[in-house]
Amino acid sequence: MNMLYDERLDGPLPTTDKDRLLADLRRNVPGLRILHTPEELGPYECDGMSSYRTLPLLVVVPDTVAQVQAVMRHCHEHHVPVVPRGAGTGLSGGAMPVEKGILLSLARFKHILDVDPHTCTARVQPGVRNLAVTEAAAAYGLYYAPDPSSQIACSIGGNIAENAGGVHCLKYGLTVHNVLRVDIVTADGSLLTLGSEALDSPGFDLLALFIGSEGLLGIVVEATVKLLPQPETARVLMASFDDVRKAARAVGDIIGAGMIPAGLEMMDNLAIRAAEDFVHVGYPVDAAAILLCELDGVEADVAVQCTRARELLEAAGATEIRLARDDDERKRFWAGRKNAFPAVGRMSPDYYCMDGTIPKRALAQVLTEIAELSRQSGLKVANVFHAGDGNMHPLILFDANEPGALERAEALGGKILELCVAVGGTITGEHGVGREKINQMCVQFGADELSLLHGVKAAFDPQGLLNPGKNIPTLARCAEFGRMHVHAGQLPHPDLERF
Amino acid sequence: MKPAPAAESLESLRECVRAAFDAGTPLAIHGGNTKRFLGAASRGTAFALDMRAHSGIVHYDPAELVLTARCGTRLEDIEAVLAERGQMLACEPPHFGANATFGGMVAAGLSGPRRPWVGAVRDFVLGCRVIDGEGHAMRFGGEVIKNVAGYDVSRLMTGSFGCLALLTEVSMKVLPKPSHQYTLCLDIDVGDALRRLSGWAREPLPITGACHDGSALMVRLEGGRGSVDAGAARLGGRQVDDAFWTELREHRLPFFAGSLPLWRLSLPPATAPLDLSGEVLVDWGGAQHWLRTAADAATVRHAAAQAGGSAIVYRGHDTAADAPFQPLSEPLLALHQRLKQRFDPRGLFNPGRLYPAL
Repeated sequence: MNMLYDERLDGPLPTTDKDRLLADLRRNVPGLRILHTPEELGPYECDGMSSYRTLPLLVVVPDTVAQVQAVMRHCHEHHVPVVPRGAGTGLSGGAMPVEKGILLSLARFKHILDVDPHTCTARVQPGVRNLAVTEAAAAYGLYYAPDPSSQIACSIGGNIAENAGGVHCLKYGLTVHNVLRVDIVTADGSLLTLGSEALDSPGFDLLALFIGSEGLLGIVVEATVKLLPQPETARVLMASFDDVRKAARAVGDIIGAGMIPAGLEMMDNLAIRAAEDFVHVGYPVDAAAILLCELDGVEADVAVQCTRARELLEAAGATEIRLARDDDERKRFWAGRKNAFPAVGRMSPDYYCMDGTIPKRALAQVLTEIAELSRQSGLKVANVFHAGDGNMHPLILFDANEPGALERAEALGGKILELCVAVGGTITGEHGVGREKINQMCVQFGADELSLLHGVKAAFDPQGLLNPGKNIPTLARCAEFGRMHVHAGQLPHPDLERF
Repeated sequence: MKPAPAAESLESLRECVRAAFDAGTPLAIHGGNTKRFLGAASRGTAFALDMRAHSGIVHYDPAELVLTARCGTRLEDIEAVLAERGQMLACEPPHFGANATFGGMVAAGLSGPRRPWVGAVRDFVLGCRVIDGEGHAMRFGGEVIKNVAGYDVSRLMTGSFGCLALLTEVSMKVLPKPSHQYTLCLDIDVGDALRRLSGWAREPLPITGACHDGSALMVRLEGGRGSVDAGAARLGGRQVDDAFWTELREHRLPFFAGSLPLWRLSLPPATAPLDLSGEVLVDWGGAQHWLRTAADAATVRHAAAQAGGSAIVYRGHDTAADAPFQPLSEPLLALHQRLKQRFDPRGLFNPGRLYPAL
C-alpha cells in the first residue's frame, strides 16, 4: 500500500508555483534560510519512516519566532500547506513532506533558555534534544523524565507533537505529564500561549489537547518542562521464563502487589538472541522470555521492593533471577533492551517496528495470535514490550529487496494493530499515527468520532494547511480502506460513497 | 427549571440530548450538585439533567491500574472499591459533599493536596465516552496508559465544566495507596517554609503535601517505611494528625470559615504570598494560594496574572455581576468558542457556566 499523500483519498491540496513562492518568501521574510535545489531538499524527503519519500517544494529553516510567524502568515494567505519537522526521528511519518507544500524545520531553535532549580523547570526551544535537557539539569540533581529510545537525537518539539513516552512512563508519565507550557504559532501565524508556569490555567485544557497533536494544530516555538529530582538509587532484576505466559502473569502480579516499577520490560526469545548477539551482556539465550524490572527511589524502600519482586517472580515460575550487582551491571542489563531495534536490524535486511498498546491481561493471547499471524505470513516477528504499561513493539523482519515483502510486512503490521484494538487496546502507544497508521485509525474510530476530530482541527486550522494527511483520516479514506478490511461481514461506514 | 426525565441508559441520555437539540432547549448538567457554588449558573436552561441515574463501575482491574465508571457513580463508592484493593484516585479530588460524583470530579477538574507531586485529575484520565451536542455517542482514548491515537479529547473534557459535551463514562489510571504516611509540622514563617521547600524539591524526599496555614508549615510524607522514616528524620518538626489533609482538601479548616470572599490563586511553584489584603493559606508548596479578601476582583486577578498565574473566586462573590473565572485573552476565547461550536453547535450544554461567551 502506498502511503504517500493521495489527493483522491486525503483531499485536494492547493497548487503553488515553486519559483513564485521562493521569490515571495525571500522578499517577505528577510534573513530566512530557504533550501530549494534538489540536492538541498534530499535530506528532508523522509523522517524515521524511510520507506516512503517525497520532496517538498521548499524547506525553510527559520531562526526566530518572527520568521516562523511570517512564513505561516504568508502560507495562510496563499494557501500553501506546511509540514513542521523537529529532528526527523519519528517512526510514523509525521514529518513526511507533501509535494505541494513546504517543510518547516525547527532545527535552529536549539537553545536551552533557562534551567530554574527553584521551580524545578526548564524553558527550552523546540529544537533542543531530549537528552540535552537532562544533561543541563544534572548539575542541580534534576532530570527530564520522558526518555524515548531516540532521546539522544529527538527534539522536545517533536516529543510534544508526538506525546513521546519511553521506558519509564508507568511511573513518571508521558510528555503530557511533564510539560507545563507551550508557545505555539498557529496556522494563521498568531502566537499563542497554552498552559503556564502555574500548575493549571483558566479555560479548557488546550495544553493537553495540543500535546500529541502531531503538528496539525500549531507549531511549538518554546516550551517550559518539569524537572524531577534524580532518584537516590535504582536496581534492576532480570528474570528468565520458559513460557511467555508465565512472564505475562508475573507482570500483573508485581503491579497488583502495589509496586510501580520505574521500568518493566519484556523481550521474547528472538529479541533476546538478537540482543545477546549484538551486545554480549549474558542474556539467557534459551529463555522463552525475560523480564527486566527496575525499581528506583530511596534506598530503604528499593531494598524492600526488590525482595518482594523477587518472591513474586519466583512464584510466577521464573527459571532464573539475577539482581544487577552494581550500576555497571545494571547498565549492561539495560543495554540489550535499549539496543533491541538495531540488534534485530542485524538479523534481517529490514525490519518494521509496530507500536500498539494492549491491556496487560491480554498479553499472552496477543503473543500467541502474533505468532500465528507470523507463521501465516512467513515473516518472523521479534517482540519487545513495555510490559508495565502495555505498549508493545513487535518487530517484523523482512527483506525489502524481495518483491512484495514490504507489502506483506505492512499487511502483517496492520493485522497486529487491529488485534490490539480488538482486545481493547490502541493502534499507537507512543510513535503516533502520522502517515503510517492512518488507515488503522478507521478501525479504532467511527465516522462520528473522526468528524469531531476533524472539527477540532478546523477550530485551530480552518484551511487544513498544517501537516495535511496525517493523524486523522478522511471519511473517504476510511470508506476505501473499509473495502479492503471487512470485519465479520460488516462494512465500516456503510453510509459513505465508495470509490 | 424542570428536571429532565431520569436517564439510566446511554440511549436514554442520547434521546434527552436529541430532544434538547430539536427543541433548542439548553440543559443544566449536574451530578450531586456539590460544586454548584463554583462557576456561574447555566443560562437559559430549560431542564436540569441529573446524571446520577447513569451510574456504576463498568470495569476495574487492579493489576491494570485502570478503573472505568459511568459518570453518575458516587465518588465515595468508587474510592471505597479502590480502597478494598489498596488503591486510590491519586489526584485526591475534593468531594465537597457526600453526593459528589465521578463525572463531576472530571468536569470540575479539581485536584487535592497531592497534586504537585503526583498529578492532577487530567493526568490520570485515560479515556471517556461522551455525547456531543447533536446526540452522537462517541468514545475517545481508552483503558490503556499509553495511547496517542487521535487528539486527546478525554483530557480536554477534564475541567471543561460540562460545556463541551455530555460526559457519560470515564476511564482513569489509579495507583496503589502508599504503605506509610506521616505528617509533620514545623513552626516557621511562610518565607522560610518556601525557601526550605524549594531546596527539598531537589532531593528525593517522598513529599506529597506542603501547606503553610499562616503560622506553621505542614508536610506530608508518603511511601515505604524506610523512605518515610528517613524523610521524617531529615525534615524534623513534630508529628501531627494525617487528617489535616482531608480537612484541607474539603475546606473544613478554620481558615475556610468566615464571610469574606474566598479566592483560589494558581501560581508558579514556590510563590510567596502576593501583596493583597486579607488572609492567605499557601498550599501545593506555594503553587496554590487560598485567599480571603475584601479586595475587588480586578485587583486580585491583576496580582495573580502579574505573578504568572490566575485567580478564580470560590465563594462569597456576586457571580452574576462578574464571571468567577479568570477572563481569557481575546484569541484564546475565540479558540474556545470555535471548539464549543464544533462540539455543541446549538449551545445546549451548561451555557455560561464557565464563561458568558461559551
